[in-house]
Parts: sequence; C-alpha cells; structure tokens
Amino acid sequence: MSPSIDRETDTPARRQRWLSLLAKAPPGRLEALWSGIGQVPDYAMLRRPEIGLVMVKGRISGSGAPFCAGEMTVTRAAVRLQSGQIGIGYVGGRRPRQAEIVAAIDALGHLPEWHETIEAKVVTPLAAEAEARRRLVAAKAAATKVDFFTVAREAGS
Amino acid sequence: MYVAVKGGETAIAHSLDLLADKRRGDRGIAEVSLDQIDQQLGLAVDRVMTEGSCYDRALAALAIKQARGDLVEAIFLLRAYRTTLPRFGDTEPLDTSRMVAERRISSTFKDVPGGQVLGPTYDYTHRLLDFSLAAAAERPEAPTAPADTATALPRVGDILEREGMLEPAPEPMAGDTQDLTRQPLVLPAARPVRLQNLARGDEGFLLALAYSTQRGYGNNHPFVGEIRFGSVPVSFVPEELGFAIELAEIDVTECDMVNQFAGSHDVPPQFTRGYGLAFGHAERKAMAMALVDRALRAEELSEAATSPAQDEEFVLAHSDNVEASGFVQHLKLPHYVDFQSELVIVRALRAEVEARNQQAALCQAAE
Repeated sequence: MSPSIDRETDTPARRQRWLSLLAKAPPGRLEALWSGIGQVPDYAMLRRPEIGLVMVKGRISGSGAPFCAGEMTVTRAAVRLQSGQIGIGYVGGRRPRQAEIVAAIDALGHLPEWHETIEAKVVTPLAAEAEARRRLVAAKAAATKVDFFTVAREAGS
Repeated sequence: MYVAVKGGETAIAHSLDLLADKRRGDRGIAEVSLDQIDQQLGLAVDRVMTEGSCYDRALAALAIKQARGDLVEAIFLLRAYRTTLPRFGDTEPLDTSRMVAERRISSTFKDVPGGQVLGPTYDYTHRLLDFSLAAAAERPEAPTAPADTATALPRVGDILEREGMLEPAPEPMAGDTQDLTRQPLVLPAARPVRLQNLARGDEGFLLALAYSTQRGYGNNHPFVGEIRFGSVPVSFVPEELGFAIELAEIDVTECDMVNQFAGSHDVPPQFTRGYGLAFGHAERKAMAMALVDRALRAEELSEAATSPAQDEEFVLAHSDNVEASGFVQHLKLPHYVDFQSELVIVRALRAEVEARNQQAALCQAAE
C-alpha cells in the first residue's frame, strides 16, 4: 500500500494490516522499533490502557456453528494527537505499553506524512520477522512429515 | 444451644505463612520463574488455560507457581482472576484452516492431502525415563525441511463431506451463541453449549467417560478423522473501528472424530462426527472431548442413551473441576453444629433401642 494514497480509500485496509501486525508483535519488540522512529508528536490518553477479556469462538468441526471456546486476555487503549487524530490500540494479552504504542501509531497513521516512516521502520520489520517465525515453525514441522513408501511385492514369480 | 466459635484467626494467618514457606521450598535451590514454567512446563500451562477457560500463558504460569503445581487449584485461581476483568466482546470464530500446523495427523487416510505431520509428540517415545534430562545440558535445535507455507491444510472432514460420506458440520443457529459464563446451564442444552461445557471440563473426567464409550458404555466406533495443533490468528471487531483486526495468534488443538452411523429413514448411511477444541497442545483433552460430544448426540441420532457418557445431565453437571473440587472440599469446613445435631439423634435412637431391649429382658425373666 503506497503511503501517497488518498486517506479516504486507504484507511480501512491499511489500518487493518497495521493494527494486526502491531498487535501480534512479540513482547518488547514494538517498544524497541517505536523508540527508533525518532521524535513523534505529543499525544494525550483518551482511554488509559485497560485489560479485559474477549470470548474466543470456535466452530463445530472447524467449519460449522460457532460455540464459545474460552476467553483470552486483551489490552486496549486510545490516544489523541494534539492535532486531533484519534488512534485505537487492541492487543492480545496483558500489555498496557504495547496497546498504548499501537494506539499512538494508529493515530499517526491518519497523517500521510508519517506513512513512509512507520511502514519502513515498524510495520515492514514486524511483517518480515513474523514471516520468518512462521517459516521456522513450518520448516521444523515439515521435517516430521511422514514420507510413506510401499514395498512392491514381486509379481507372479 | 448455639456456641460461637472464634480463635482461628492466628492459626489461619500462620497456615498461610507456612503455605508460602512450603511453596518456596529449600532456599538453597533457585526459585522457578514464570518464563521457565511457560517454556519448560508448557503442557501444564496449556491445561490450566484450557480448563481455566482463559488464554494467557503468563497468568497460567503464575497460577501454577502459586498452586505449587496443583493444576486443578491453578485452574481455580485463573477462573477467579478472570471474573475481575471486563468483557470487551466476542471474537470472530477461529478459522483453523488458517493454522500454521506444527502437527497434523489422520488415522482415516494414509495419503491425506498435506501429509501426516507428526510434530512434537510423545506417541513415538518409549516412555522410558530419560536420565540425561536430570542434568542441564545444551539441547540441539530440531531439524528443518523445506515447507510449503503458502497453501492451507485441507480438512479431512471437508474431503469426506464432499463425497456425502460424512454428515456436514452443523449450520449456525439463529440468535447469539449462548455463553455459559453469562447464562446458566439449562437442560437439554444445544450442542454449542455442550461444547463450551466440555471445553472447560476436567480432562480426567472427560477422559474416563471417553474411555467408557470405547469399552462398550455407549460405543460409537470412532476414528480420528484429523488432529491438528498449531497457531491460529484471533480476529476481533472493536466497536470503535467497525472492522476486524487480528489481536494475537494463539495455539490450539483440534480433533474431528469420525464415527459410524447406520442411517435412518430420513438419512442415508453416513459417518457422524464429534468435535474437540482445546487451548495449547492438548490432544488427550481434545480427543476425549470429541468422543463425549459424539456420545451426547445419542438422542439427536436416535440412539438408545443407556450409558453415563450419553447422559447429558450427568456429564454436563459434573464436568467442571472447579465446582466439583469446591463441593467435595467444602466438607473440610466446620460442620460442628450439623454433626452435633446428628449425634443427638443417634444417641436418642440408641437409648431407645437399649430401653426396649431391657424391657424385653425383664419380660422374659418374669415369665
């Protein structure tokens, strides 16, 4: 997604991608990347980080009717930049600082001049790291894949 | 006569101190950290999250440490903690076909699309104690092999379903999915409600019930259609945003059990299913859940419900180990007054019997 795209059309898809990647960053990682983007505009807390629960739903046989599988902890926060933009952060687990940073980045996302910096210094590294973790898990699993071979019985002899 | 009993306060305070002292154990031995419990006793963490019905590895690790490894006590602690938190809403249903699977097996098809991926399992260990683990040592990383991360793993159930050999997964019901943490259990319960109850249920209880079905108490001739374990994204629509975002990736174990069914007037012969889902890596739990889920469908499938595992009230009312543990253990609380009253009754009855016997003896002597 190019940072120069008009905000009206860009917002939902980009926000969705950013917010998902930021939420799934490992503990401490987002803080490290955030501190590397330099001076950021001041923001005020609209909603202090709050820990709560969401009910995780499953589906019967994986694809059928939903049921309540159990809860998970979630932290949310909301901030407002001095220029008025509002940012929302939701992250799985109990991570107040991460929820705050996600909200701050979400607020900055409303300012097109910030897109390139955040994309390059935060979102792209997180996406690459997530993909590397995913590949490692898959590669370790792949090594345990059964390679069946059948012993052909000699015909008719 | 009512006698107020006081004086336990100091004893209780000192009991708590002694408990904390025992929890720490020998001070010469390093204290266990929550990260160590999370990483090295991960399956205990998984069980506590599943039956505590709250996915949070650090909280479950803390509960295990506080409970000194008593997992049922840890589950109680986690359940108690969750009641202090507000509910932000419900997630979108997990899509387990998007799982990054660490393990995926089927006992119905050898050449299942996507292959038999054994993953980390105790199935092929010899169950011999490994004394090399008694000492700390460098442990090598597991080997890797080229993997296809682009294509999703097809569900075994979907393959059979397309052929009409397997009953389709049930359609969503009208209205909101009932949530047992919000509304009490009412019988008969819909299948989603039963599954929530079983998902929170005690693994040992469900395992014994599942075993009983295999031994003939409500047999339903099961095959493991598929077991998969790995991480799936959790999608949630915050009301402020109005679109779904992924909050986290969580590990789950899923079991789709395939069972025999003879068919009926309305339904041609096809296989039926039972389903199990657990947080973390918990195959025994997911399998037991799937077997009991299927057993509880007896009435729906016009089977004679004659065994405990098919008795909805018996299963659902006794599956929760927090409730069960509480009710059994409440017997330790003072019952002095109850017992006094029973003592009085038994003494009176005995006196009556004795008097009658004496009377009879006197009559005999007089004759």
